[in-house]
This record gives sequence, structure tokens and C-alpha cells, in this order.
Amino acid sequence: MSPNVWIEHYRLISTGAGVLFTAGLYCIFASHDLIRVVVGIEMLTKAVTLMLALAGALTGRMATAEAFIITLIVVEVVVIAVATGLVVGIFKHHGSARVKFIKRLRG
Amino acid sequence: MALIELLILLLVAVALWTVQTTIMRAAIGLALTSVVLTLLLFHMGAPLAAVFELSVCAGLITVLFFSTIGMTRPLDAAGVKRERKALSRRFHPAFAVCAVVGVLLWGSGYVLEIAPPQGESPGVRDVLWGMRQLDLVGQILVMFVGVFGVVILFKERKQEATP
Repeated sequence: MSPNVWIEHYRLISTGAGVLFTAGLYCIFASHDLIRVVVGIEMLTKAVTLMLALAGALTGRMATAEAFIITLIVVEVVVIAVATGLVVGIFKHHGSARVKFIKRLRG
Repeated sequence: MALIELLILLLVAVALWTVQTTIMRAAIGLALTSVVLTLLLFHMGAPLAAVFELSVCAGLITVLFFSTIGMTRPLDAAGVKRERKALSRRFHPAFAVCAVVGVLLWGSGYVLEIAPPQGESPGVRDVLWGMRQLDLVGQILVMFVGVFGVVILFKERKQEATP
């Protein structure tokens, strides 16, 4: 599809991405559970993926956008893997995966 | 209603459901969000990114979430009931916040001015292997760092377990 087609839809898609980003931020800030915080981070990256695809579609450079999206997905997987490992570690140490336990760190 | 409008509405609905539901359903909701995003990426002409999104985000990350929930949340029926009550109090304002942000973004009236692309756009393979080689090196490094991070996390726990 030509970039002109996407100019008609950019407001809808960017609004959708904005709402997705807000939902992710809300999930991070309102949550007391570490797993839910990781879910929020994941949702933020989905909004960024959508905006990257929109930028590629609008400028007619979808191949470059795809390269960035693939890089983003790789980084996202690593972040989620390490974050879930940390959550399991905190659970093993404190017996709970609540946010309040990581407020009691030394230093 | 055009397909793109339907997909965006579906994406927002699934994301909002994910935010306010229980943790197990949130993991399923996240996978569904990935599936809808995959459909959007296909529709926008990014099939390679869509395949990555489907296989990695809807597959691998969902498995990671399920195993983490399995390892950390041995909730009984009363615990689930308590959690649902707390969720409804804490996460229902998310609908209002997202609605306000959506209305503000929709009504911002920003006019997009984009210069038309010059020349032929290169393929994904040319971009990845020709123009963005440093990204690939970075990806490999990040993967190594992730693997080492997870290995060290589990190694420390093993040492703690054996006095």
C-alpha cells in the first residue's frame, strides 16, 4: 500500500498506540505485583512496535521499520526473560512477588 | 468499518481487558494483544516483523509468563477472590484514564507532513545485512547478556540452597 493510504489512518493508529502505552503505564504504576509490572512493560513495547510500523508505512520505508521492530523484539524477549528470572528470585527470597519487598533493598 | 479500524478497536479492547483482569488471564490477554498486533503488522505490509511478533511474543513470552506464574503464585480459591476484589478497585480507573488520553490524542488536530520517499526502498534482507549490521551485533550481545543474567540468577539460588 502507498504511504498516502496510511496518512488517512495515522490518527487512528497513533491514538490506538497512545492508549496502549497509557494502559501499560497504568499497569506499571497501579500494580503491587511484580508480574503485573512486567506485563505493563510488555504492553509499552507493543505500543512502540505499532508506532514503528506506522512510521515505516507512512514514509514508505517498511524494510527499515521491520529491521527496527525485529531488534526491538529481540531486546524485549531478553528484558522479559531477565525480569521474570528476577521475579522468581525475589519470590524465592521473600516468599512473595510483591513490589514492597524490592523497596527494602540495601543501598 | 474498515479492517484497520476493527483491528485497532480490538487491540485497545484486549489491552484494557489485560490490564484489569487476574494475572493468569493477563498473560493470555497479552498473547491475544500480540496476535492482534501481528494481524495489524501483516496488514501494514511488514510480514517478517509479524512472524517474529507471533512466534516470539505470542509464543515464547507467554510460556515465560506462565512458568513464572506457576513458580510464584500458589493461590487458593480465597486468594483468587481477594485478588479479584483488589483488582476491581485498583484497575477500573484505567478505563477512564485511557479514554481521556484517547480523546486528547484524537482531538489534538496534529497535521502530518511527510515528504514522499525518494527512490526505491531496499528489501528487509538488504537493510538487515547491509545497512544495520551493527544492530545484529547488538542483538547478539544483548542475547548473551540475557542468557548470562538468567544463568547467574539461577546459579546464585542453587548456591544459597546448598549450605
